[in-house]
Amino acid sequence: MNGPAAVTPPLGEPDASAPIKAIRLRHPWRMVFAVVLVAIFVFFVIDAAFRPAYDWPSVGKYLFDRRISMAALVTIELTVFSMVIAIILGVILAVMRLSPNPVVKSVAWFYLWIFRGTPVYVQLTIWGLISLIYTSIDIGLPFMTPWVSFSTNAALNTFTLAVVGLALNEAAYMAEIVRAGLLSVDKGQEEASIALGMSWSQTMTRVILPQSMRVIIPPTGNEVISMLKTTSLVTAVPFSLELFTRSRDISAETFNPIPLLIVASIWYLFFTSILMVGQYFLEKRFSRGVGDRQANKSDAGGGAGLTGAVPIVGAGQPTVVLPPTHDQPGTGGTR
Amino acid sequence: MSGTLATGASVEPPMVLAEQVTKSFGAHEVLKGITLEVKRGEVMCLVGPSGSGKSTFLRCINHLEVLSAGRLSVDGELIGYREANGKLYEMAPKEAAKQRRDIGMVFQRFNLFPHMTALQNVMEAPLRVKGLPKAKVESTARDLLARVGLADRADYYPAHLSGGQQQRVAIARALAMEPKLMLFDEPTSALDPELVGEVLDVMKGLASEGMTMIVVTHEMGFAREVADSLVFMDAGVVVESGLPSEVLANPRHARTQAFLSKVL
Repeated sequence: MNGPAAVTPPLGEPDASAPIKAIRLRHPWRMVFAVVLVAIFVFFVIDAAFRPAYDWPSVGKYLFDRRISMAALVTIELTVFSMVIAIILGVILAVMRLSPNPVVKSVAWFYLWIFRGTPVYVQLTIWGLISLIYTSIDIGLPFMTPWVSFSTNAALNTFTLAVVGLALNEAAYMAEIVRAGLLSVDKGQEEASIALGMSWSQTMTRVILPQSMRVIIPPTGNEVISMLKTTSLVTAVPFSLELFTRSRDISAETFNPIPLLIVASIWYLFFTSILMVGQYFLEKRFSRGVGDRQANKSDAGGGAGLTGAVPIVGAGQPTVVLPPTHDQPGTGGTR
Repeated sequence: MSGTLATGASVEPPMVLAEQVTKSFGAHEVLKGITLEVKRGEVMCLVGPSGSGKSTFLRCINHLEVLSAGRLSVDGELIGYREANGKLYEMAPKEAAKQRRDIGMVFQRFNLFPHMTALQNVMEAPLRVKGLPKAKVESTARDLLARVGLADRADYYPAHLSGGQQQRVAIARALAMEPKLMLFDEPTSALDPELVGEVLDVMKGLASEGMTMIVVTHEMGFAREVADSLVFMDAGVVVESGLPSEVLANPRHARTQAFLSKVL
């Protein structure tokens, strides 16, 4: 490596402070794999472009069809309404499950048992048949003439039933996510807050919840994405104005299902991509002071913030890797 | 210190008065009748082997633990209960929270809020609990951080502070509520040896300003130098108490002698 003119340090006495100059380890197989994979992908794309069954002109024609874009909007509405209800209900159920009151605790447990233990498709079908089970909604005292009574069919349209069905199912999963988040916060945080004279609700909203958000948000993002796709099941209610059922209905007329499936997939992908970007920024916001791994700025020690990762499994969803719960800031001789 | 208007022969109550304080966790009795008194401006060090109940007793004073038996009052006010017509009534959480405002507590593991900067940590309670105006709270908080020598660390998150710095922020946070009593639960036990001094210095400063303090500690040097009284606890009882210089130099009880021979 060194030319004949280069000054080499005397053997056995290397200059320890000099930066290491070494030939980097080569990874020839990485290159081979990359080339093969790219080649297969390019082949697939070119092949797909000329395959008549995909019917790309139809894809272009229907992608911005008014019926499809309206259906996409309905899908978003279903997702947003059911998620908002599910998150609120989930927080309530999570707090109930952590309550010292055994009755409240059991009610929450029972709810989870029912709604997590049956398929969402079955639940949606039952919600669709609710007017057969309960023909009218009465408000009043039991065994007396109701003060107000109206027909279930008139009060609840299929959109409402779809939202209710999706939300109540999702709430069970959200409850577990929120509970895991609340439990991930160190007990000392609650004690410190209480010792300062803060009330239970202040402790919850200012200290515990903000810290548990770091654990709650990643799986919740997964749930939103999952919900966006689960809306395609509301045809069980039956509600037919959302993206998937609408595109199926159109293809039933045209006898050409494949391009419309591609259209629906493109819309779903578009929405999930936006959600992923949003999730990234939310996670960043709530990991203030803990999630960042920049070097320790204090002059007292050079130890970097956090190491390692703890997998948190959110209610049967894909495993999300998070920074470890930081329950002992700077404890021990680490910094 | 605001002296109460003395009416006739009424005497100011001691800052802390514990009478036969007992605490059990299930069948396990941790405190077996602690009786002691802490005067205004007094610095009391609680020492003893681990498991002797020192920390539990400290947490009882702040009502973080509920007594099983006995009476405990701070500044003449019963902690956690109201007494009327010879009966005790359990306090609502709101009233208990009000009592805790006047009692500052510093924990072994600091327990700073990791999602807030040092300044926000100090400002949180005066803002939320007392509802003071933000500008005033901020200037007070900056003064307090300067007092513990951390004026230049106001905008750092706890994760970016050393253990000693975090504990000093924790002290500033407790002082921000202008407590009349400060409780220290082994404040230096989780620190590197070279960081212990900076925290003890802050505590010494506080003691010299006349703050009433109860300190659970293993720092006998601090106890000898700063404390007005020293209480040695073992197995849930007060074994021996008195002037730190006397107890440390001539422990009368065999249990105290055995303990001190190990830590001194």
